[in-house]
Amino acid sequence: MRTIVVALVSGIIFGLGLCVSEMINPIRVIGFLDVLGAWDATLVFVMISAVAVTGIGFPLVIRRAKPVLAGKFVVPERTDIDLRLISGSVLFGIGWGLAGLCPGPAIAALASMSPSILIFVAAMIGGQWLASRFE
Amino acid sequence: MSEANIVGGLLGGTLIGLASVLMLLMIGRITGISGILGGVINWKAIEGRSWRVAFIVGLILGAALYRLFWGPLPLQLQAQGAVLVVAGILVGVGTRVGSGCTSGHGVCGVARGSRRSVTATLTFIGMAMLTVYITRHALA
Repeated sequence: MRTIVVALVSGIIFGLGLCVSEMINPIRVIGFLDVLGAWDATLVFVMISAVAVTGIGFPLVIRRAKPVLAGKFVVPERTDIDLRLISGSVLFGIGWGLAGLCPGPAIAALASMSPSILIFVAAMIGGQWLASRFE
Repeated sequence: MSEANIVGGLLGGTLIGLASVLMLLMIGRITGISGILGGVINWKAIEGRSWRVAFIVGLILGAALYRLFWGPLPLQLQAQGAVLVVAGILVGVGTRVGSGCTSGHGVCGVARGSRRSVTATLTFIGMAMLTVYITRHALA
């Protein structure tokens, strides 16, 4: 139960962060990606502050023997660069550039009740399902 | 150059970072939203679906609270129709095959100094910039 509350609260904080930073807005994101156009640096400030907090916070947290509410930390340990990682990131990058939406902002933007967002999220879930069929 | 939202960007990024640290500290998980979503829609019985559902609900609730207290969501869509569908499918397939998105690889993985995440992040940002260049300038 406490795990669920923590995940819910974390989701709320994350969602608020996406709104306050305007990363929920595709125009801001595409503005950042448009390096040869009217470049918008907002995403840089978001990344710098987010990575500063995780960069300081994660090493401090990992020093603990275990998380507060779970038996162990579940952190990816692979270090190999394989074709799946690269090709997946290439496809994701194309999709991200086309719409200016990545998974977090797209899901948070469901709160707008916009039919376009609903279509995007449905297509995204379909894409995840499709890829999982080949695993 | 467009005018950057520096204060909003720094404040929002801090909230995103704090949420990710909270997840790791309390439940020992990396905040990778594509992976969390993948766990929710997996029809097989997987361990720990409830916290994933809670996080996704929270994400929507966070934006709903913003809408309630601070006015309309800043949301201007550029893509429409078929482009939106194709983009959604590519984001879904790509994040699944590439094991992550902007949150898991970009915010969490980069902070952990993961070679895989740094590689993935540079790859998807580079491809997205190229895509925007092609759609906005080369084809325009």
